[in-house]
Amino acid sequence: MAQPLEHPHERLAEADGVISTRTPPVIEPGHTFESVTDKISAIVLTRRTGLGWVIGFLISFLLLNVMLVTIGHLVLTGIGIWGNNIPVGWAFDIINFVWWIGIGHAGTLISAILLLFRQQWRTSINRFAEAMTLFAVACALLFPLFHTGRPWLAAYWLLPYPNTMGLWPQFRSPLLWDVFAVSTYATVSALFWFVGLIPDLATLRDRSETRAGRLFYGALSMGWRGSARHWHRYETAYLLLAGLSTPLVLSVHTVVSFDFAVSLLPGWHATIFPPYFVAGAIYSGFAMVMTLAIPLRKFYGLEDFITMRHIHNMTKVMLVTGMIVAYGYMNEAFFAWYSGNIYEGYMMLNRMTGPYGFYYWTLISINAVMIQLFWFRPVRDNVGLLFILSLLVNVGMWLERFVIIVTSLHRDFLPSSWDMYAPTRWDFSMFFGTIGLFLTLLFLFIRFLPMISIFEMRTMVPEARVDEDLRVM
Amino acid sequence: MAHLTPRPTLYGLMAEFDDPTSLVAAANAARLGGYRRIDAFSPIPIEELHGAIGFHHTKLPLIVLVGGIVGGLAGYYLQYWASAIAYPMNIGGRPFNSWPQFVPITFEMTILGAALAAVFGMLALNGLPMPYHPVFNTPRFALASRNRFFLLIESRDAKFDREATQTFLESLDPRGVSEVAW
Repeated sequence: MAQPLEHPHERLAEADGVISTRTPPVIEPGHTFESVTDKISAIVLTRRTGLGWVIGFLISFLLLNVMLVTIGHLVLTGIGIWGNNIPVGWAFDIINFVWWIGIGHAGTLISAILLLFRQQWRTSINRFAEAMTLFAVACALLFPLFHTGRPWLAAYWLLPYPNTMGLWPQFRSPLLWDVFAVSTYATVSALFWFVGLIPDLATLRDRSETRAGRLFYGALSMGWRGSARHWHRYETAYLLLAGLSTPLVLSVHTVVSFDFAVSLLPGWHATIFPPYFVAGAIYSGFAMVMTLAIPLRKFYGLEDFITMRHIHNMTKVMLVTGMIVAYGYMNEAFFAWYSGNIYEGYMMLNRMTGPYGFYYWTLISINAVMIQLFWFRPVRDNVGLLFILSLLVNVGMWLERFVIIVTSLHRDFLPSSWDMYAPTRWDFSMFFGTIGLFLTLLFLFIRFLPMISIFEMRTMVPEARVDEDLRVM
Repeated sequence: MAHLTPRPTLYGLMAEFDDPTSLVAAANAARLGGYRRIDAFSPIPIEELHGAIGFHHTKLPLIVLVGGIVGGLAGYYLQYWASAIAYPMNIGGRPFNSWPQFVPITFEMTILGAALAAVFGMLALNGLPMPYHPVFNTPRFALASRNRFFLLIESRDAKFDREATQTFLESLDPRGVSEVAW
């Protein structure tokens, strides 16, 4: 069997008769249309549901119920059950919102931006990364929605709909820009994900052995039959969606950062915020993709589809975006000093040496120091270590949002209004509850839908290429 | 359902191939052989294939452009109308039509309009959802979503002839030729 993918390094290595190549392939050699189709569809259709899946699902579902109890208590009692209060009016609700939205960004980066750059290695990770995006955005939306206290009235404050006094939401506010940015992002991500699924749903329809399966996947695939006319329009639509999602994903975290940057608060009012937030989003999102990909490839035996090439590339993306984030930290500190403004200067001093200083230095040691490990190939080769490091990156990025939000709010201009913030148990139960929601959706996804794009993986096998002399006719 | 004219019982003839190259070659041969109502089915998108069956142009990019423009204009007008006409309010001394602050939502609505147009335009042009299609009457067609490549010549084609077309398809060296019932 020939090498499945052309890559300069591989061909060079092959020619020299070297077995181990410097750059691992994006799909292990020996796969065909059949083997790719059967292996991925078997996870959904024929393989027994593993005990690990059942246990994982039950734990996630338990956490999800913690969230539901929290929401029940919140709606019945009020948002006073959370620890945020003046002057720290925003805390876990916005920290977790930004954290989840940021995680989602890697999915769109992988599915859209890497597609435009023709990065073939995106193929085996794009499907579950997009699912991750959707579920992360769903978790994110819960926080501002329930922070309104009465979400059934939120339509008057969030949606473009006038209240009984004829007053409209304030279109000049970044918070409303955020509503439009995030809801557009959720819609477009869902469409992109579903469009990508259509041909695979048709495969599952054709391969399902039960009537229920044929009906379920048949209805979802909408009668897709793989006609050349359909594929042509499909590929056009997919490419255009990628082109539309690219500026969209950059705009979403830019708008999220405007929630802070447009205010006048020291620590928030900074022009570095949009690029710094976007880089941080991609950095944390890749950490989450890594956190999910490492166990998935292990437990489902997908090492030949999600190869070391993917692991290496994701580590490198994290290294680059992490360095941009570290540059953002340096910039914040520099401008706090260079501005000559006593409030800016005090904000930075307070961040570093104040009551929350421990969290600042923890995030610096993760996001600026620890990621330097990614320079070394032995680290990039150590999958177990990478799993732990990517979990730590998620912790680091959560702390970053905590530090930006809480340390800026708790001591602003007037010392008489300074106060401390501490989360309550309901803050934590809401946060861990959304992790339960995220994992529950993810477990259902890997059980009922193909977690790797089957049709795109088929295009990676060597037979998929049409002979040169037929290219132009 | 009653039909005034009896439907032909045969939708077309379908040849099965092993790989994209054979399918593209066969599709080219069918088109150059004068067949016009042909279609090809594959488990993967094949860049050369739509040209081979004589399908070159899709209106989809134009639909997406229109969707984006409509979305953007609607987004801007919504903000303008609410802020300058329906309930004008002085916010920090800014003009009622403070357009720089309307840019983010206008941008998002442009993307939303274009993305909705791309997905629903693609589905509409493809005629999806379509619960029934004759090609599924061929049992082997289930492999079109796995590892086989099919070329279909419809019986409605002016040049279609039950025997001659079958001979022609068999001359393309397929794995097999089967009838597709309505």
